[in-house]
Amino acid sequence: MALSDENIKGQGKKGYIFTKNLDSYLTDTFNGFKFTTRFFKEVFKKPFYFRETVNQCFEIGIRSLPLIAITGFIVGFVFVKQSRPSLESFGATSWLPSLMGIATIRALGPLVTALITAGKVGSGIGAELGSMKVTEQVDAMEVSAINPFKYLVVTRVVAAMVSIFLLVLFCDFMELLGSYVNINSVEGISVPSFLRNAFSSLTFLDIFTNIIKSLTYGFTIGIVGCYKGFNASQGTRGVGMAANQAVVTAIFLIFLEEFVIVQIINWVRYL
Amino acid sequence: MKINNSDILIDKSEKVISIEGLHKSFEDLDVLCGVDLMLFRRENLTVLGRSGTGKSVLLKIIVGLLKPDQGNVFVLGRQVNTLSTSELNFLRLRIGFSFQSSALYDSMNVFQNLAFPLTMNNKNMSESKVKEMVEEVLSAVALSEKIYQMPADLSGGQRKRIGIARALITKPEIILYDEPTSGLDPITSVEIIDLINKVQHMYSTSSIIITHDLTCAKNTGNRIALLDNGKFLKVGTFDDVFSTNDEIIKGFYNYNFTN
Repeated sequence: MALSDENIKGQGKKGYIFTKNLDSYLTDTFNGFKFTTRFFKEVFKKPFYFRETVNQCFEIGIRSLPLIAITGFIVGFVFVKQSRPSLESFGATSWLPSLMGIATIRALGPLVTALITAGKVGSGIGAELGSMKVTEQVDAMEVSAINPFKYLVVTRVVAAMVSIFLLVLFCDFMELLGSYVNINSVEGISVPSFLRNAFSSLTFLDIFTNIIKSLTYGFTIGIVGCYKGFNASQGTRGVGMAANQAVVTAIFLIFLEEFVIVQIINWVRYL
Repeated sequence: MKINNSDILIDKSEKVISIEGLHKSFEDLDVLCGVDLMLFRRENLTVLGRSGTGKSVLLKIIVGLLKPDQGNVFVLGRQVNTLSTSELNFLRLRIGFSFQSSALYDSMNVFQNLAFPLTMNNKNMSESKVKEMVEEVLSAVALSEKIYQMPADLSGGQRKRIGIARALITKPEIILYDEPTSGLDPITSVEIIDLINKVQHMYSTSSIIITHDLTCAKNTGNRIALLDNGKFLKVGTFDDVFSTNDEIIKGFYNYNFTN
């Protein structure tokens, strides 16, 4: 049976189409798609709230910088440390910079940034919008003739995409820095030599993958946080649930997207 | 100075809100079952009823936040449920809404809360004009000194007042009050009641006041409508409504004045 608006609306009176949990899951998924579609309809329409978007970029981006810096550095440092014994057994420690370059740009940078921001930014957006929803602030905006979807959702999703794209670049840098510190302390490599080796194996497709992933993950974190927050109910409990679900759903979707993007890029790579 | 709401000159030839045969249900729960209602120019109409009888739903339908299942809602001559989004937004600028929870934006101070509807709907309005309008409504609710405070730093009564000020900022013709005295102590409730009457006099507004507080209903409403089980039991002046042998109405009256 098609899952139309009519069916969803009528569930209370007609009973469940499948089971309670499955119906609830499908309804949520369907509403999520509708929410996402609405974003694409509204994003190109006037008015554009540039100032609010910049404010959100600051909230999302600047405030996440210290966390990304520390995490990125540690990931780079530890990754090299853990990889060295395996490469040493082949006498191939000179490959560490290029291994690190590929790992960072293709996977580690976007994934580490996405997971951290899903926790920090996703839960923040979910809780903030959830709180606004249950305290009628969203309704207050609507009765003041302001489109809350445009003002709250579109600005946050766009800001999440821009900020997370920039955070990924920063995380890439910090991971390479962490790995350089480790490699330099053992192998005594110079910066130019490290950079030459790290980037020698990278292709345009790797850079492109990095950009696509960062934009996709940013969009996912923003839209999921907004959707969960915008649909919060049941008072303060609902706010907590919205924040929690925003993180869990975003992380799940990020891994799913990682899987799909890697498959597509590998397919393109070997065409 | 206390203002008596019976002094106001109501224009009974002009209906600003007209509701006919309104039905609304949520899944299995029928909330409104054939509601008819009229609000005249410069009139305060109080809708009384127990919790969960659909009073707030009625307000949300009037302002277009909820869609009715059946029936017609006319506000200032426009049928709300047939308007496009832009038409509805244009109409909303002529309606003020004071929320039960005040619904002030947590992240903005009082000035920003009041200026927000103005600046968002009129990009060309000068900063000095915005400030002037904000100061005017703040003075009307007697909270001029709180202009740069955050909502979290205000008391419940002050938040209600700022909520009313925000409803007034666009100079609306109609104001909808959702439980204006709920959660307030008796003295603050009286201050809010006086403020509602003052607003009616100062701005010549027509209002619907949703409440379950009989003192508020008696002192603010030119007419009272008693809502029970999704229908109006009786509509009229306070004395008309409560001089009855109807057990439900008597029960409501006795409960309010003996508790």
